[in-house]
Amino acid sequence: MILTTLEGVPGQEIVEHFGLVQGSTIRAKHVGKDIMASFKNIIGGELKGYTELLQEARKEAVERMVSQADRLGANAVVNVRFATSSVAQGAAELFAYGTAVRVK
Amino acid sequence: MSDLINVIIFLGLLALGYFSGTYFEQQHYKSIKKREKKTLYVPTVTFGAKQAMPEARDAALFAGSVVIGADYFKTFVSYLRNLVGGRVVVYESLLDRGRREALLRMKEQAIAWGATQVVNVRLESSNIGQQAGSNKGMMAIEVIAYGTGVK
Repeated sequence: MILTTLEGVPGQEIVEHFGLVQGSTIRAKHVGKDIMASFKNIIGGELKGYTELLQEARKEAVERMVSQADRLGANAVVNVRFATSSVAQGAAELFAYGTAVRVK
Repeated sequence: MSDLINVIIFLGLLALGYFSGTYFEQQHYKSIKKREKKTLYVPTVTFGAKQAMPEARDAALFAGSVVIGADYFKTFVSYLRNLVGGRVVVYESLLDRGRREALLRMKEQAIAWGATQVVNVRLESSNIGQQAGSNKGMMAIEVIAYGTGVK
C-alpha cells in the first residue's frame, strides 16, 4: 500500500478511484502519564509519554484507513490528511483520511 | 505562617520553571540548529499537489510529531499577559521549537528511507491538554508535520 500527500503516485498512473477512506481512533491518557506530564509542565520540555501515545494512535488510525482501502481493492491512498482533536478532557481523537485509488 | 510557606513554594516553582525551562530551551535550540544544518540537503516544500507529479520511482508518507508543554514560569507570564494583552513571547518560542522539531523528525525518517525530497508538507497543531474554551488542565500541544518523501 502506497500512501502519499500528493494527488497521485509519482511514476505511476491512477487507473481507478474508490473514493474516500478514513480511519480514526480515540485514545485516553492514563493517570501515570498525566502525573508525569503535569510534573513536566513545571520544568518544561517535551511530554514524551504523550508523543509516544499519539504516534501509536496515529499508526492505528492509518492502519484502519489502509485496511478499508484494502477491502475496496485499492493499492494506494493519495492525498492523505491527518487531524487531531481533543474530544473530552483527557481524550484525543486522531483521524486520517484520503482517497483510495488503484495505480499502475 | 502558612501564607509565607505558600509564597515560598510559589517562588520556588517559578524559579525552578525559569531556570530549567531556559536551560532546556537553549539545549533544544542547539540541537535543532545542528540537525537542521545536517538535513538541509533534502529540500522540504509545501507545494506538490497542484503541480505535475515529481520525477520519482518511489513515494511514501512520513509523519513527525511532538507534544510540547510549558514550564511554570511561562504559564505564569502568560497569565500576566492575559491581563494587559499583546504578544505572548514565551509561548511563541515554545511553538516555534515544537514545529521545527516535528519537521526534523519527519525529515530524519525520510532521509533514513533515502528520500531526495519531501513534497507537499503539511503542519498541524492541536491542543490536547484541556477542553476548548476552558483554562483548566495543563498545557499540552501536539504539533505534527507530514509529507510525501520521494526518491
